[in-house]
Amino acid sequence: MSELIEKFIVIVVLFTVSLGVAAYATYFERKVAAWFQDRIGPDRAGPFGILQPLADGGKLFFKEDFIPEKAEKWLFILGPGIAMFVALMTGCVIPWSTALEFGENIVEMQVADVNIGILFIMGFLSIGVYGIMIGGWASNNKFALFGAIRASSQMISYELAMGICVITIVMMTGSLSLKDIVNHQHGFWADGYFTWNVFKQPLAFIIFFICALAETNRAPFDLPECESELIGGYHTEYGSMKMGFYLFAEYTSLFISSAVIAVLFFGGFNFPGMDNFEGNTLALLGIAAMFAKTFVFIFIFMWIRWTIPRFRFDQLMHLGWKKLIPISLINMLVTGLVIAYNEGWFN
Amino acid sequence: MNLETIAIILGGLTIGSALMVIISKHPVRSVLYLVLTFFMISANYILMNAQFIAIVNIIVYAGAIMVLFLFVLMLLNLSRENEPKSSIMVKLSAVIAGGTLFTVFIAALKDGVAVAATTATDADSIGLVESLGRLLFTKYVLPFEMSSVLFIAAMVGAVLLAKREKQIIE
Repeated sequence: MSELIEKFIVIVVLFTVSLGVAAYATYFERKVAAWFQDRIGPDRAGPFGILQPLADGGKLFFKEDFIPEKAEKWLFILGPGIAMFVALMTGCVIPWSTALEFGENIVEMQVADVNIGILFIMGFLSIGVYGIMIGGWASNNKFALFGAIRASSQMISYELAMGICVITIVMMTGSLSLKDIVNHQHGFWADGYFTWNVFKQPLAFIIFFICALAETNRAPFDLPECESELIGGYHTEYGSMKMGFYLFAEYTSLFISSAVIAVLFFGGFNFPGMDNFEGNTLALLGIAAMFAKTFVFIFIFMWIRWTIPRFRFDQLMHLGWKKLIPISLINMLVTGLVIAYNEGWFN
Repeated sequence: MNLETIAIILGGLTIGSALMVIISKHPVRSVLYLVLTFFMISANYILMNAQFIAIVNIIVYAGAIMVLFLFVLMLLNLSRENEPKSSIMVKLSAVIAGGTLFTVFIAALKDGVAVAATTATDADSIGLVESLGRLLFTKYVLPFEMSSVLFIAAMVGAVLLAKREKQIIE
């Protein structure tokens, strides 16, 4: 029974942290944008505008909840719900740190260590597109439909290259479990080389990062909500908290994909000199390391958004199918050959 | 709540959502119920401790193939008015063909052995990646490689068909 309560607490904490980070990511996005464009940004609600996300959330909640007359009512409501659900679900297989100890109790900093962890994330990524597609179609608006169709074709295209990059990491680790992948990158330096995957698979990291940008519909790949062509894209017809859910889901998946990049390529909760610590100190420092890496990636995502202009749709498809997939396939082949060589196949 | 009850409830939900696929009037709703059915089937796999197959089922069917289905249906935007009218003969032949398939299924599954649901805590790891991979690359290596060749052939065929159509237009 106590195990159930522990899991429940871990889940609630993860849920709150995901939502909190997503809410404050909107604030930091505006602050980062302001910084890049030499402005001040939000500074009215609270000191330095720190209460801005709460004000935004409150405003969205109290707006009129409107459903267009010609929309498919239930699907219109279902769309943002699916988007939010999927964005929140992926966090539960990510290992945030080593176990915390409270006397007798050992609390794992991971909701579920399933042995197919990385595939679980890929699966939820691939069904994430349903939220956008259903919402866009149910709005009964041509711009929303265009946005939905762009989103789905974009996500299907980039999932392939992303999956191949994940396979190279899985080949090196020999396990699909995210915990094994992190433990495989233990520490920072071992046997005369870095242990983190980014130093062993730089190409896979770059491709995975580009695909993550496309999967989260972030600029320069934010074609589904390209406002100069499609008004607001798939959420054109949405208002109040339903639109809030879409925006929130986008920022939650920004947080989760940053965490996944940290886990796959930057050693997750590993940090240099971690062998000098143990027990709860190690766990807390691990959480700090994991979140530091995640926040760095969130910042890089924002940095890219406010630096690079949007792609054209044919350029996006061209990049995905004709560049990223062949490069990642060659990368996978080379990785396989190197692994086979190290195993002594050619002797 | 033992596993038997969970299996029965899940089975009922699976059949229910599968029925909704053919009962729904609107094609888009049918496809969405089909997606739900794939999820239910994945849940059944998990109940049998086959986690890898469950998640691959979701990634491939629910995540990729059904998205393409939905994609095409949304572009066509079928509704009651512009639905193609099918004659009574087509309907009759569809019923006969479907009924034949149904009879074959019943005949094939009549003597089948019911697979009991196992708990995920079972020591055996039949459905897990390691044992599955080992089986695929030892005992079933020939069918596995044959099917991959088939898939490549299908892919090349699809590309070829699409290309040829384009040339005709030009």
